[in-house]
Amino acid sequence: MNKDTYHINSLENEAIYIIREVAAQFEKPVLLFSGGKDSITLVRLAVKAFYPAKIPFPLMHIDTGHNFPETIEFRDRLVKELGLKLIVRNVQDSIDQGKVKEESGRYASRNQLQTTTLLDAIEEFKFDACIGGARRDEEKARAKERIFSVRDDFGQWDEKNQRPELFDMLNGQINLGQNVRVFPISNWTELDVWSYIEQENIEIPSIYFAHKRKVFLRDGMIWSAEDEVVYRDDNEEVIEEMVRFRTVGDMSCTAAVLSEAATISKVVEEIRDSTISERGARIDDKRSEAAMEKRKQQGYF
Amino acid sequence: MEVLKIATAGSVDDGKSTLIGRILYDTKSLTTDKLEAIEKTSKQKGYDYLDFSLATDGLVAEREQGITIDVAHIYFSTRKKSYIIADTPGHVEYTRNMVTGASTSQASIILIDARKGVIEQTNRHFFINNLLRIKDVVVTINKMDLVDYSEEVYNKIKADFSELMNKRDYQDQKITFIPVSALKGDNVVNRSENMPWYTGQSLLEHLENLDKKDIYNVGTPRFPVQFVIRPKTEDFHDFRGYAGKVYGGELSVGDNILVLPSKTRSKIKDIYFYDEKYQTASRRSSVTITLENDINVSRGDMIVLENDLPTIDNHFTANICWMDSKPLEAGSKYVLQHGVNKVLARVETINHKIHPDYSGIEKNVQGLGVNDIASVTFKFNKPLFFDQFKNHRTNGSFILIDTQTNSTVGAGFIQ
Repeated sequence: MNKDTYHINSLENEAIYIIREVAAQFEKPVLLFSGGKDSITLVRLAVKAFYPAKIPFPLMHIDTGHNFPETIEFRDRLVKELGLKLIVRNVQDSIDQGKVKEESGRYASRNQLQTTTLLDAIEEFKFDACIGGARRDEEKARAKERIFSVRDDFGQWDEKNQRPELFDMLNGQINLGQNVRVFPISNWTELDVWSYIEQENIEIPSIYFAHKRKVFLRDGMIWSAEDEVVYRDDNEEVIEEMVRFRTVGDMSCTAAVLSEAATISKVVEEIRDSTISERGARIDDKRSEAAMEKRKQQGYF
Repeated sequence: MEVLKIATAGSVDDGKSTLIGRILYDTKSLTTDKLEAIEKTSKQKGYDYLDFSLATDGLVAEREQGITIDVAHIYFSTRKKSYIIADTPGHVEYTRNMVTGASTSQASIILIDARKGVIEQTNRHFFINNLLRIKDVVVTINKMDLVDYSEEVYNKIKADFSELMNKRDYQDQKITFIPVSALKGDNVVNRSENMPWYTGQSLLEHLENLDKKDIYNVGTPRFPVQFVIRPKTEDFHDFRGYAGKVYGGELSVGDNILVLPSKTRSKIKDIYFYDEKYQTASRRSSVTITLENDINVSRGDMIVLENDLPTIDNHFTANICWMDSKPLEAGSKYVLQHGVNKVLARVETINHKIHPDYSGIEKNVQGLGVNDIASVTFKFNKPLFFDQFKNHRTNGSFILIDTQTNSTVGAGFIQ
């Protein structure tokens, strides 16, 4: 028995359209998977886009080595369940090869170092399109990002010379050596992503939900004290709080928020009433007002 | 939730960024950390008010020059709708950005400075809204606080603008005038107490009450095939599905269809959205269709109702907006992307340039420069299946791609 109508989620339909365009216009696409909610949402959309066929491209995780253990466990389970191909490239290898230098001190993070590992992997596999979960609402510089964003031989973003994108038409033609970053959920907000996870009943790593954790406070933010990759001064006191994470990036630069939201519907409610932006808990963007723009020009996601 | 995309147009200093900042502030969409950043920067600059424009002017170059130079997307939501504002610059050189922002929008806001009234820039902004056939246009007369909230000033601007409205081709466009002060917050989200003579809705109220049927252009269904799905698994051994987005109208199971360009007849067997089958595929939905007959369909083909064909031809005339510094000339060749279909196109003739301020046309044009709008006739190496832009927004538009740089260099609206 066919259903008559269904409620159109225009953001979902737009994202599926974009993902299909990638499969049609490029020879070697890849989906950049971090284990975070945005990339999990992308996987769900890709599954829907190609049903009943499998997703026609692999997933790739640039592993900083500083992930929350819950994320990695989740990643491996998802890949197995869906029968997907996963490529992992490690920031540690780039460090060992002397290509990047580990940061040191209180704010040390491997977040920036990912760029080199990513660009090397693109080169290694000759990927011509990398699908990412970035959203325009995350940050001011991202607000100007295109859906098909062309990067040059060095993986760099030239924000003053971007291609106009009109109507639904996505121009995936590139020159030799160029590649494209594709952002199917460009137009989604954090709330849209969470509402979709709720609507679709998508499983996500447990650290997104409120749990008891040993933490310490610095600069008005809450940091995990359960793993040694997060630098902590001896005088920074460890306390136990009910917290959850709104993003799950590199552990060393992802702060927690106090929360009692232990279920998806509670999380959606919390986000709806929230007065702090998602990236407010990312120390790497606070380095300067133009932090994100500078990193993007260098080839960051 | 319903999503409404809005394009904004205003000249430098009309207070566009302030207006958007005000909307975000009054709908409580600015988060504490963003608000703190605005307060901090406003203070550093020595302002005694909050500079909301800092909420939207993203790029470093813009902050340095204090003007907006590219299309930025701003998001906020109410309990009723999600909004996406395409903040497009009003600078005379940036027609291309306005066309780009307007191409994906269903409504638009034109800003006028109450002290300056209708100026040449206003003509251009309105012209582009017309060219792109935006169905709902809100003429927002800003800085009313600086003209003592005068009804006379408002009425004069309204009368001047109405003269412009007589010149447009697209007469069905709905136009609404709202007097506001973005800086003080009058009639943006909340109704103003300073203008009792204005009894209409605030800007946000107007947008909240827009109905889908007021903002979407409806036409006949067109289904360009994006991707052919062949799972070749045991369960779906002979499955051959055509993935794509439905434009203009609806398609239903059992519809008699034609596949273009081969004009092969068939019937719609199933409509899938993910693993569910549906009776009808609504407009703008990304579905997968299977057909009764095993026929050869590939990307770029189009599925249409058999009694409702588009024009099938190897040439057309279109109004184009040129977006590249390298001029378009008669005889130049480009890749023409029409939906998901691509052909090689040659410029046959540049018929005339259209002044985007309603001051007429210019004949005997040699080449087109960046931001020029002109009527151009193209010929292609194989036929396209198209509609006139006025009848079908999606199937009546296209982009031009430079064969050497691969950049998008122009946008066109089929006549």
